[in-house]
Amino acid sequence: MRPGFLAKNPSVIWFLLILAIFTLTITLLSHAYGPGVISTSMVKTLGKTLCLCLIAIAMDLVWGYTGILSLGHFAFFGLGGYMIGMWLMYERTRDIVLASASDFPMTPQELQDAIGSQIFGVVGSSNLPAIWSFAGSLPMQLLLVVLVPGLLALVFGWLAFRSRVAGVYLSILTQAMTLALSLYLFQNESGLRGNNGLSGLQNIPGLSADQDHSSVWFLWASALALALGYLLAAAIVAGKFGSVMRGIRDDEARVRFLGYPVEGFKLFVFALTAVIAAIAGALYYPQAGIINPGEMAPIASIYLAVWVAIGGRGRLYGAVMGAFFVSIVSSWFTGGRVPDVPLGFYTIKWVDWWQVLLGLAFVLVTLLAPKGLSGLVDLIAGLRSPRRGGAPLGPDAGSLQQEEARE
Amino acid sequence: MRKVLMTLGIFLMLALPGVAQESAAQMAPATAGQGADPQTGLAAVLARNVTKIAKPSRMTIGPVIDEIAASGPGASRFLQAWADRRVGLRTSDDTLFLIEKKGQDYALSDPVTGASAGTAPRNEISEVKPNSGVRAVIGAALVRFLLSDPDPTKRREALTAIERDGEASHLAPLRASIAQEPDAQIRLEKQRLERLLTIRFGKDAGERVAAIDSFGADTGLDLRATLNPLVATQRKAFDGAPQGNVAKTLRLGRDLSEGEAYALLVAAKMAPERISDGAMKQALAANVVNGSVGGLPLADMSDPAKRELAYSALAKAGTVAPRLSEAEAQALIDAHSYADIYAEPDAAVTKAAEAGLARVSRKVGLMQSVDLGLDGLSLASIYFLAAIGLAITFGIMGVINMAHGEFITMGAYTGYVVQQFVPDYTASILIALPLAFAITFGAGVAMERLVIRYLYKRPLETLLATFGISIALQQLFKNIFGTQARPLTSPPWLDGALQINDIVSISYIRIAIFVLALVFLGLYLWVMKRTRLGLEVRAVTQNPSMAASMGINPDRINMLAFGFGSGIAGIAGVAIGLFAKVTSEMGQDYIVQSFMTVVVGGVGSIFGTLAGATLIGGLQKGIEFLNPSNTLAAQTYMILFIIIFIQFRPRGIVALKGRAAGD
Repeated sequence: MRPGFLAKNPSVIWFLLILAIFTLTITLLSHAYGPGVISTSMVKTLGKTLCLCLIAIAMDLVWGYTGILSLGHFAFFGLGGYMIGMWLMYERTRDIVLASASDFPMTPQELQDAIGSQIFGVVGSSNLPAIWSFAGSLPMQLLLVVLVPGLLALVFGWLAFRSRVAGVYLSILTQAMTLALSLYLFQNESGLRGNNGLSGLQNIPGLSADQDHSSVWFLWASALALALGYLLAAAIVAGKFGSVMRGIRDDEARVRFLGYPVEGFKLFVFALTAVIAAIAGALYYPQAGIINPGEMAPIASIYLAVWVAIGGRGRLYGAVMGAFFVSIVSSWFTGGRVPDVPLGFYTIKWVDWWQVLLGLAFVLVTLLAPKGLSGLVDLIAGLRSPRRGGAPLGPDAGSLQQEEARE
Repeated sequence: MRKVLMTLGIFLMLALPGVAQESAAQMAPATAGQGADPQTGLAAVLARNVTKIAKPSRMTIGPVIDEIAASGPGASRFLQAWADRRVGLRTSDDTLFLIEKKGQDYALSDPVTGASAGTAPRNEISEVKPNSGVRAVIGAALVRFLLSDPDPTKRREALTAIERDGEASHLAPLRASIAQEPDAQIRLEKQRLERLLTIRFGKDAGERVAAIDSFGADTGLDLRATLNPLVATQRKAFDGAPQGNVAKTLRLGRDLSEGEAYALLVAAKMAPERISDGAMKQALAANVVNGSVGGLPLADMSDPAKRELAYSALAKAGTVAPRLSEAEAQALIDAHSYADIYAEPDAAVTKAAEAGLARVSRKVGLMQSVDLGLDGLSLASIYFLAAIGLAITFGIMGVINMAHGEFITMGAYTGYVVQQFVPDYTASILIALPLAFAITFGAGVAMERLVIRYLYKRPLETLLATFGISIALQQLFKNIFGTQARPLTSPPWLDGALQINDIVSISYIRIAIFVLALVFLGLYLWVMKRTRLGLEVRAVTQNPSMAASMGINPDRINMLAFGFGSGIAGIAGVAIGLFAKVTSEMGQDYIVQSFMTVVVGGVGSIFGTLAGATLIGGLQKGIEFLNPSNTLAAQTYMILFIIIFIQFRPRGIVALKGRAAGD
């Protein structure tokens, strides 16, 4: 009997189990459902971290498995956030306008104008741009969360892969795309409130629950999305499709000569991961409460690559570990809760020095530990890659090398 | 008759100051001949107009001043004194004197000859105090005298005064003064001013059109300031066909909206003021009775058509003022015609002025594109400077150095630190340039030895590792130098700009950067093509193992080449720091553009980098010109352009072919 998917991938079970335990623990310790050991803001941070883990999985699929170092996935993340943010902001503003209006009923046009001037007052405009046409409808905006980044990724990927832009050129090109998008959104004319971004997203319209409860619900939603995303990604990389992806990563030309449409595979992975990133963003920003174009700056996407590299590329749990570890440690260091180190002549303030530490750690991981944190898992499981050194055995014994033949 | 003679008198007086006295003396009997007044010239005029002069009002004083100005010798002195409030009236016999305060008394002098006329106690004299309006009229009259003043500075001042605030009355004296103008420069100015005044105040259309045409495509601001009011238009509504000098007949819907058209009608009192939607809503809201308005339920009021019905019901009942319905308003709008009308009534003049302005704006456009070209070129040389180091590390060695931007910053901070110790700006820049090269060379070599040499086979990881270095360095700069911008002051001889004409100018600092970029292009070519190091670098990048077997040490060459590229980044940092603010993030602003420059230009070719920098710099300035308010948009579109450009030339403008292309 052929072993099932889960039997072949024990890490999936482990992962889901740990995630479930984690979510349950946080829930039971939260303000809403337990003694309140964990503050609501901490619950939010953890929920956001789960969303970052989800986008890290997307990054691992596209970079760790397919070898496309995309520095643009945070743009898709941000776009997803903007799409859901438009609905949140529109609905909430509508509620506010209706609540503050007099008894006299408003015409639809007046309502629209009032919402427009509420939302766009800060950028000195008062009418809703055309891109807000669907903002009143949750299903449409949810569809846009998937469609807008997906289509952008499709078009961009098609253009890039078609002309065989690969390697570092692709990285630079994706970085340019991210920069262009964030610069575009920084303009007031883009219709998304320029550098003010969208705010007040933590208030969910039509939801009477307080922040204590809604933050836990968002944690659940993020955990669910992460679990589903992990399952999907594991299913993809476990099958034949995954083999082709790894083939493209290791030797693109050979895969092409074997007859696989490499461009199609890359395009599919690129667009799929863009959609996953967008969904992660749509869950992240309601918890963050505010989104502005600065979030989409190219540096964010590079940090994403940093997380995946520190966690360990080419393994889904590695990506999750990296994202979780680095973002939690980063928020710990930058939160000013780490005690300063007095050296007598100079006091090391971690808020100032954390970036330096991160940068250096990143160099060291790249140089010394290409497997990243997930190498620790190998160590625990006693896995070790075989030594492949030694002299070739010669034509008669195939192309094996001495050490390989011995195992 | 009298007028003609007087004009002749003025003309002669202005033209021949030397003989004016004589001629005025001869003319005086003629001018005064009609009256019984025995006095002549200024004295007569003064005597006749004592009351008007003593209590002048702006409305009535004009003719008097004209008369004084025309009266002959002493007129300018008297006018000047009058404007300066140095004229007094002796109350006993109603005589005017030029006065000067002397203790408790006034020293008097004759207004015509200026000869002393003794003193008078204070109570006998009442000072004549013209108000500012009158003084302005006097000033205008004085200008005529000043135009032929023997002192050139006075003449210039008069010209400036006319230029600022010209009047029709200035035209004649100005024309008269041209022929006698001894100074060629001032004569040119006078002639120019005369033509400008002719455009505005010329007698007939032919004269004015000729004056307009005589300027050709002159780009002077004064000409544009003269022509622009001529083509100023006013939007008007007409009952029937438009009248007056029509600039453009407006069509509803295309040229102006219905709302604007209605506003015009209201302004012209051709239609009643319409009660606005907001006012209507308020009126409705004020008349809600038992949950209904004007017979309609309150809930229906969300429909604009129902609102109008309810309002007209209310209006019928007399509770609110009646309001034109949409249809009635539309009928009013349709019944009228709309046009832009020139303020200037003469069609020939406006046509010539439009043509003249079009000529001017064509020329200005041409100049601006030259200026734009210079701007683009200077931006291109900045990008080239920032990218030339990358052309070595990335273009030749294939190493993605994300910390390249931080090397630029490092160079700029070196300049800043040097200026802290060397106060002389020229010397400090001369010290900073080699020092920045040395420091960034060292940093580059250290980075290559410690990190990059382990990663030559893994380019994507080089990108990540150097990015790690980049964020660490950036934070380090922030910790050392703080987050605020640090100044890097350029030497004084680089201040200012080379002004080529009104429109085209380029600052010296940009010229310096352009020169520096050229110097580095030359240096790069020399090192790469003419030195042993360049030869070995080229050998190692093409085939490291072959080069090694020829006795070249690839490790050493890689190290030196990387250091060289980084060192150039340091120098670029000093140059960029001279005109941009030095912050820990300044490198970030250039890193993406630099990579773009290298990629667009074509990896591995310095001329490609040059072409890439020119393309990107020119493009950015071009887009900024089209949309000047928005540099962000310019950058967005430029990056989009580059992404599309890469589609068509994936290997850049200058693509290497054959084995050199590598892969």
